[in-house]
Amino acid sequence: MRATCWEGKRNIRVETVPDPKILNQRDAIVRITSTAICGSDLHLYNGFIPTMKRGDVLGHEFMGEVVEVGRAVRNLKVGDRVVVPFPIACGNCSQCQRDLFTLCENSNPNAWMARKLWGHATAGFYGYSHLTGGYAGGQAEYARVPFADVGPLKVPDSLTDEQVLFLSDIFPTGYMGADLCDIRPGDVVAVWGAGPVGQFAIASAKLLGAERVIAIDRFQYRLRMAKEKAGATDIINYEETSVREALLELTAGRGPDACIDAVGMEAHGHLPVYAYDRAKQALMLETDRPLALREAILNCRNGGIVSVIGVYGGFIDKFPMGSVMNRSLTLKTGQCPVQRYMRPLLERVERGEIDPSFVITHRLSLEDAPKGYDMFLNKEDHCEKVVLKP
Amino acid sequence: MTSSTLTYDPGSEEERRREGNGGRSHDGERLARALGLFSVGLGLAQILAPHGVARAIGVDDDDENRKTMRALGFREIATGVGLLTRQRPAAFAWGRVTGDAMDLAMLGRAFNSRRNDHNRLAAATAAVAGVTILDIIASQRLSRAGSGMSIRAPAHHQGIQVRKAITINRPPEEVYAFWRNLENRPRFMAHVRSVRVLDDRRSYWKVRTPLGTTVEWTAEIIEERPNELISWRSTEDAQVPNSGTVRFIRAPGGRGTELHLELKFDPPAGAVGVTIAKLMGQDPSRQVDGDLRRFKQIMETGEVVHSDASIHPTPHPARPPEVAPNQLAGSASRGFEAQNGGFE
Repeated sequence: MRATCWEGKRNIRVETVPDPKILNQRDAIVRITSTAICGSDLHLYNGFIPTMKRGDVLGHEFMGEVVEVGRAVRNLKVGDRVVVPFPIACGNCSQCQRDLFTLCENSNPNAWMARKLWGHATAGFYGYSHLTGGYAGGQAEYARVPFADVGPLKVPDSLTDEQVLFLSDIFPTGYMGADLCDIRPGDVVAVWGAGPVGQFAIASAKLLGAERVIAIDRFQYRLRMAKEKAGATDIINYEETSVREALLELTAGRGPDACIDAVGMEAHGHLPVYAYDRAKQALMLETDRPLALREAILNCRNGGIVSVIGVYGGFIDKFPMGSVMNRSLTLKTGQCPVQRYMRPLLERVERGEIDPSFVITHRLSLEDAPKGYDMFLNKEDHCEKVVLKP
Repeated sequence: MTSSTLTYDPGSEEERRREGNGGRSHDGERLARALGLFSVGLGLAQILAPHGVARAIGVDDDDENRKTMRALGFREIATGVGLLTRQRPAAFAWGRVTGDAMDLAMLGRAFNSRRNDHNRLAAATAAVAGVTILDIIASQRLSRAGSGMSIRAPAHHQGIQVRKAITINRPPEEVYAFWRNLENRPRFMAHVRSVRVLDDRRSYWKVRTPLGTTVEWTAEIIEERPNELISWRSTEDAQVPNSGTVRFIRAPGGRGTELHLELKFDPPAGAVGVTIAKLMGQDPSRQVDGDLRRFKQIMETGEVVHSDASIHPTPHPARPPEVAPNQLAGSASRGFEAQNGGFE
């Protein structure tokens, strides 16, 4: 089959690799009909996630048709149309039973590797380094889906691929970002990053009843999408406006009740702080550049919630713990346990409350994946979200 | 979720005396961490306040010296971070020794200039010499203890003890029963080729070493309390005398069973360290950890979980295998090394 393979930093090739096979009894094989490039794939592309190996198949947002099932899979049959959640989770361990699927204790065969970096291991994820298991990803023609009796969600034919594809990651991830904010009537929520996850965080904050939702980014086209499609009430372009002053103005000095970091480890920002973090990252003195996170913390109102859904890999510098502690902030974060959110969010799509396809700007064939990565990274042609068709 | 220690029995005074290099490598690690922190601190001072450092060690605070000071600061930070992240601490510790030699040479040259404060230079030289000695001690201990995370590897031990624990989301009765059925062992123990049950108490073990040879022994159960505990030891003729105890404790909060495993290997003096390394690989602790995780996978999910990379015997890209190894259906063997090797 054809598959998108990581060949090194900024080097991705579509190659012919062996077709996946059933390796465990609870596996299914899915013929992929739609797959997408995620913002977190760019961290792999830029070489910021350790333990990538030349030839790794990428991709963790995909859906398609079941073409084969293992002996222990009884809920799916050949021909079913499914969306596959990016966390691989067994459903049997105590974390899965508490719905914390990204913390599955059994799905990461490289747990020892992850423990070195993080203390304890996460679940396995598709196409996301060997730290998270060394599973082949879904930017390919076929994928092997372990624990197919737990993860994949059957979707009705009345909805198109583009309407349901993002249930695999970015819609639930953005939704969780807003969900963690315990939004109450009258709340103001600020969202750093108007990439695809940020767009869904904005839309979800609105769905959950926020009074105002403020989008912060540096690309006007992304801010326009936030306002026109996702429902942001206000937008701040940090290259033109002081975020601090704008937020104080918009909240009459209180600061937002909740701040969502939908940026993560490769944030941009103003000199000289940006230069400082760039330099420290280059010298390997920190792995991540936490510019958005620092700003989210410092601007949140006293006693507010900071929700972190942008991806971080390792260590950060100049973390404003004094602000968190003295102002009684609550920091909430996590890789999204997508399995928990898929069904209720599918119902919202079916009821027409949201059409997740609004983030798509580019549709390419799988063979054009390298071009897609490049466009997405460089924000060429107002790129927001790339969907690949095998 | 899992915890482990790999030490001698801390309770035994005599064993502690016999501890030899194992304990020293532990100290080496602690010393290396202290030196790492020291490096980072000094490096930051050299970069951020080069004039202050220059004054403190008695060299003239001119542009040239400040530049040198900053460069030395970056070197300090690099070795410090290397030591602290413990990726290859021995290499970074030796890096520090090289750095010390450079510093001593530069201080020696500084004595030639009249503008420098010779009293302070002498004090700085004495300090660097002291640190050099510590660096050499740390480097030697780390090097002897092996590389990478396996700094507590048993290279020169006279015997080792591995302790590990894991929580399994099944009741103790079930966990005990599966564990007690010795013929299940090759399914999750990477190096166990076969276990033949001889009678109620005795069993015959064939274990593959990382070098491909086989070690065999007879084991006998010396104590058994159903659903609670099993203790065993090898019989007298064993090449690698070993013993162990496993305890099953109901986990608090309805979380199933805590399994606590303790293994001891006591080869006869002589070929000791080598024998254990042969049997257990570079990092026995991680091997046991992998065995327990696979045991948990079988108990909780029904089988050993494979990823595209983990089924291969060597580090391999995450892409579908050319041929699915036929052992995958049941017995474990092939892929397990991949989980224990590479990416160091």
